[in-house]
Amino acid sequence: MYEGAVQDLIDELGRLPGVGPKSAQRIAFHLLAANPADVRRLVDALTQVKEKVRFCRVCGNVAEAEECRICRDPRRDQASICVVEESKDVVAIEKTREFRGRYHVLGGAISPIEGIGPDDLRIRELLARLQDGAVTEVILATDPNLEGEATATYLARLLGPLRLRVTRLASGLPVGGDLEYADEVTLGRAFEGRRLLEA
Amino acid sequence: MRTSNRRWASRVYLRALSLVDFRSYPSLDLTLTPGVVVLRGANGEGKTNLVEAIRFAGTQDSHRVASTAPLVRDGADRAVIRVVVVREDREARVELELTPGKATRARINGGPLPRAREALGLLRTVLFAPEDLALVKGDPAERRGFLDDLLVARAPRYAGVRADYERVLRQRATLLKSAGSAGRVARRGGDLGTLDVWDGHLARFGSELLVARLELVEALRPLVDKAYAAVAGTGPGVALSYRSTVAGSRREEVAEAMRAEMTRLRVAEVERGVCLVGPHRDDLLLSLGPLPARGYASQGESWSLALALRLASYELLRGDGGEPVLLLDDVFAELDSTRRRRLAELVASAEQVILTAAVGADVPRFDAVAAHDVAAGTVRRVN
Repeated sequence: MYEGAVQDLIDELGRLPGVGPKSAQRIAFHLLAANPADVRRLVDALTQVKEKVRFCRVCGNVAEAEECRICRDPRRDQASICVVEESKDVVAIEKTREFRGRYHVLGGAISPIEGIGPDDLRIRELLARLQDGAVTEVILATDPNLEGEATATYLARLLGPLRLRVTRLASGLPVGGDLEYADEVTLGRAFEGRRLLEA
Repeated sequence: MRTSNRRWASRVYLRALSLVDFRSYPSLDLTLTPGVVVLRGANGEGKTNLVEAIRFAGTQDSHRVASTAPLVRDGADRAVIRVVVVREDREARVELELTPGKATRARINGGPLPRAREALGLLRTVLFAPEDLALVKGDPAERRGFLDDLLVARAPRYAGVRADYERVLRQRATLLKSAGSAGRVARRGGDLGTLDVWDGHLARFGSELLVARLELVEALRPLVDKAYAAVAGTGPGVALSYRSTVAGSRREEVAEAMRAEMTRLRVAEVERGVCLVGPHRDDLLLSLGPLPARGYASQGESWSLALALRLASYELLRGDGGEPVLLLDDVFAELDSTRRRRLAELVASAEQVILTAAVGADVPRFDAVAAHDVAAGTVRRVN
């Protein structure tokens, strides 16, 4: 235990995701030793993020205005929506430059243990976006874990009657990898999701 | 268990065990030999801790406790178990680092693994311990655990299936509880919708687990009967049967039956807030002759039956290729002299048997034994 402010800082840092007690201590002492101007910049960044950043009215992604950069962009394809769990998933997919449509951020996945049901996710907002018939494809890009799969299955059933193309991201082998190093679950999924090769 | 002709075909044994801050051991380096290894010491000197460490190196769980916290020596942050496994004259060093509250980390020959689970199966063990009497006399959960542990030992992939199934089960049970208490299922469509989704997942993983258990019981049936006859001499034959909440033996069939049964029991499930359908409600029924073993078998018969289940597991794993290491924790004391002698004959053919015994306890004579004294956290070879 350290005295007063140092321990407070360690405790606060330790509450962040992915930061254990050892790392919290390391970061705290790094900050103590750092240049005051550097620490000031960090403090400003933290304040700004809480003051300025909001969530896009349309898709729920982080934004600095009413609507996020992607929703405002007229070059984006209006016909397809990619549904993800978190804003960081948007960034991951954007990096691929494969997808030119727009996003919908649910804000999590269905998980009764954590008390998250469909009503706690931005599903009503998604249904509202699909009302006018402009969207023809919904891509379900929730995480390939139990809760993500459950959320995708739930959405697929909900969207079934809407006469849309509902697709799920494929899961399978990593590109550039060796077959022999794939774990059984991934390899099993890859088998399930195998597709016809066009000659 | 007579397999002298293939005894050297796929020899696997433990050559060394090192511990750091594991249970009562601040540090230990122990060299082991193939054949019979006896660990002898007074009660409370740490014999079972050694057996527990060896088993943990293979299965990454303890047969005594559910979490890793009690395995770490009081006052230490983490414990390390290191074993050297010799397989066909090639050595593999497996190192496991146990930190309470965190996932176990594994290294093989110094190289870290992305997931400790990938080290499962490198060292296979079959442990017979006094706690095993619960396999016969205890709750169904004991026997389900026995089957699932053996499934994982045969095919480590099932560790994932089992974990997924347990997670779906928890998610679904939580949903049922909250739905039941708030009366939401009746009132709103949303929650009912998600229940259907969890039903589907439960049926998917549950059917995989259940079908695997059914196949396992089929494979065990003749081996258990044979092992029981060998341990107990003559006596009534052993019958194994698997009792399930659903019928069927193929995956699609079982999954379909699970979904149908969940629909039928929906009201009861919501009222009680528990999942009533699936392999977590099943049992492995053991009977001796016409009578169920649980409640009817004598103490001696129960011991023989528990031992027969472990010996059958040993035979099964052996048949898959790669001999498991047989661990016998203080079991000779529990058997009468006839059964003790028969067990000694059976295990003499094993590639490696590590057994513990209290000082002064009757241990059968073996031709070649490496004897060690266990006292106050040290282990010393005495012959």
